[in-house]
Amino acid sequence: MEQIVADNINKYYGMPSENSRRSYERLQVLAGVSFRVEKNDFVSILGPSGCGKSTLLRLLAGLDRDYEGSIHVDGTDLKEKRVPVCYMLQKDHLMPWRTLMENVLLPAEIEGADLKKEAEIIRPMLKEFGLEEFENYRPHALSGGMRQRAALLRTYRMRGDIMLLDEPFGALDEITRMQMQDWLLDVWGRHRKTVLFVTHNIDEAVLLSDRVLVMSSRPGSIVKDIRIGFPRPRNRDMLLSSQFLSYKGDILASLG
Amino acid sequence: MKRRSENIKKKRKSGIDWLQIGFSLLILVIWQVVVVIRDVPEFILPSPVRVIEELIGSWQILLDHTLVTVTEAFLGLLASIVLGSVIGLAMGYFKTFRRMVYPLFVITQTVPLFVLAPLFILWFGFGILPKIIVVFMVCFFPIAVTFAQGLVRSDSGMDDLLKVMGASRWKIFRISRIPQALPYFFSGLKIAATYGIVGAVLAEWVGAQKGLGVFMTRAMKSFRTGALFADVFIIVLLSLVLYKIVEWVEQMVCKDMSNGGNIV
Repeated sequence: MEQIVADNINKYYGMPSENSRRSYERLQVLAGVSFRVEKNDFVSILGPSGCGKSTLLRLLAGLDRDYEGSIHVDGTDLKEKRVPVCYMLQKDHLMPWRTLMENVLLPAEIEGADLKKEAEIIRPMLKEFGLEEFENYRPHALSGGMRQRAALLRTYRMRGDIMLLDEPFGALDEITRMQMQDWLLDVWGRHRKTVLFVTHNIDEAVLLSDRVLVMSSRPGSIVKDIRIGFPRPRNRDMLLSSQFLSYKGDILASLG
Repeated sequence: MKRRSENIKKKRKSGIDWLQIGFSLLILVIWQVVVVIRDVPEFILPSPVRVIEELIGSWQILLDHTLVTVTEAFLGLLASIVLGSVIGLAMGYFKTFRRMVYPLFVITQTVPLFVLAPLFILWFGFGILPKIIVVFMVCFFPIAVTFAQGLVRSDSGMDDLLKVMGASRWKIFRISRIPQALPYFFSGLKIAATYGIVGAVLAEWVGAQKGLGVFMTRAMKSFRTGALFADVFIIVLLSLVLYKIVEWVEQMVCKDMSNGGNIV
C-alpha cells in the first residue's frame, strides 16, 4: 500500500537579492520531486549537502506548507491537514534539565496523555534501547550513542506510523555510528514503521534501506531510485559483497 | 585535563580564597599605616580602625537606617522581578509588543535618576513608594531585557521537533523556551541585585526621613567622614549579600541547565 505520495514538488526560498536591497530573489531548492513510499518500507534519501534533503523532510513533517505540487500521506493532503509523524534531527535535542524518562515522555506530555501509563510502556522499551538503568539520568551524564538512542526512543513514542529521520547518526563517531545502525536495524525489525532516512553516507543507506532515493545537487530532484535486494535481517558482511559494490557504483554514478 | 581543571575550580568555590582575603587585608593594613604615619585628619580620610569604631559605636542608629533601605530595595526588587519577568515574557512572546516598548525602556534608562527621584517625591510624597519606584526603574530593565533576549534566542530544531509533536506556540514556550531562558533571566537579576541597594540610597538622598542615604547626607554635611565610610561599608556588604543570594538561587534552579546538554 502506498503511504506517501509526493507529486512534482517545487520548493523555493526567498533570498535577499544581491543587486537591490529591497527585492528578494527566489532560490529553488527542490525541482520536480516525485516519489512514492510503501507502508513499512525503509527508504533512504541520499544526496550531497545542500541538495534539499532536509527541506523535503520538513515538508513531509508538515512544518512548511509553502511549496508547489502535492504531498499525500495516507490519502491526506498535507497542505490541508497535518498528519502526525515521528521526527528526529541530527542533534538529539534532549532537554538538559529533564531526566531521560522525562525527555522520552515529552510527546505524551504534549498530547496530554496519561504520563503514568506512558511511563509503564516506556520502561520495558528502555531495556531494548540499552538505557535500562539510566531512567533518572540527565542527558549530560550519558554517552553520545546513549543520547541518540534516547532521542530515537522519544521519536518512537511520537504518534504516527512514519519516521522521518534527518541524519540521526550524522554527529556520531564512526564506531558508535556502526553500532547505532546495527541496533536500529534490530529495533526496526521488531517495531515496523515506515522510515524515511536522510543521510549522505552511501554505506549506511545501502545497509539499512529497502530503497535508496538519490538526489541531485541544488535544486534537488530525484535522479535515481534504487531497490536494495539484500534479504533481511541485514548484517555487516553484506557490505563486503560484490552486489554491495555494484549498488555503490550505481549510486556514485548517479551522484557524479 | 578538562575534568581536572573542573575539580580544581570546584575546590576553590567551596573553600575560601585566601589570596583574595590576604590581598584585601594587605590594602587595609597599608591604608591604616599611611593614615597613622602621615597623621591624616579624619574628615579627609578615616583609618579602617576608625570606620570599625564608627560601625560599633553607632550600630543601633545604623541598623535603624539599614532596615529602611533594605525594605525599600527588597520591595523594589520584588516588583522588578514580578513585572520584569511578565513583561520580559510578553516581549519574548509578542514581537509587536517588543518593538513597541523596547525603545521606551531604553529611554527610561537614559533619563538621569537624580532628576526623576525628586519628581517621584513630588508625585508620590515622602513615603516609601517613590523609593520603591526608583529601585524598580533601575532593576526592572536588566531583568526584562535579558529574559526577553533569552526567550527570543531559540533553537529552531527544538521548536520544529515540538511543533511536529503537536505543541502550540505557548506550549513550546512553556516546555522549552522559558527553561532555556532562565540563565539569561538570572544574569539580568544579578545585575539588578547589585543596583538595588544603591538605587534605594540614591532615592533617599533626594528626600527621606530614614535610610542609609539619609544617614549618608547627614554624615557628609557634618564632615563625619568616618560615619560616611561606615555607611558605605554597609551598602557594599548588603549589595554583596543580595548578589550572593541570587547566585545561590541560580545555582539551585539552573544546576542542570548547562552541563554538556546540547540543546543550544
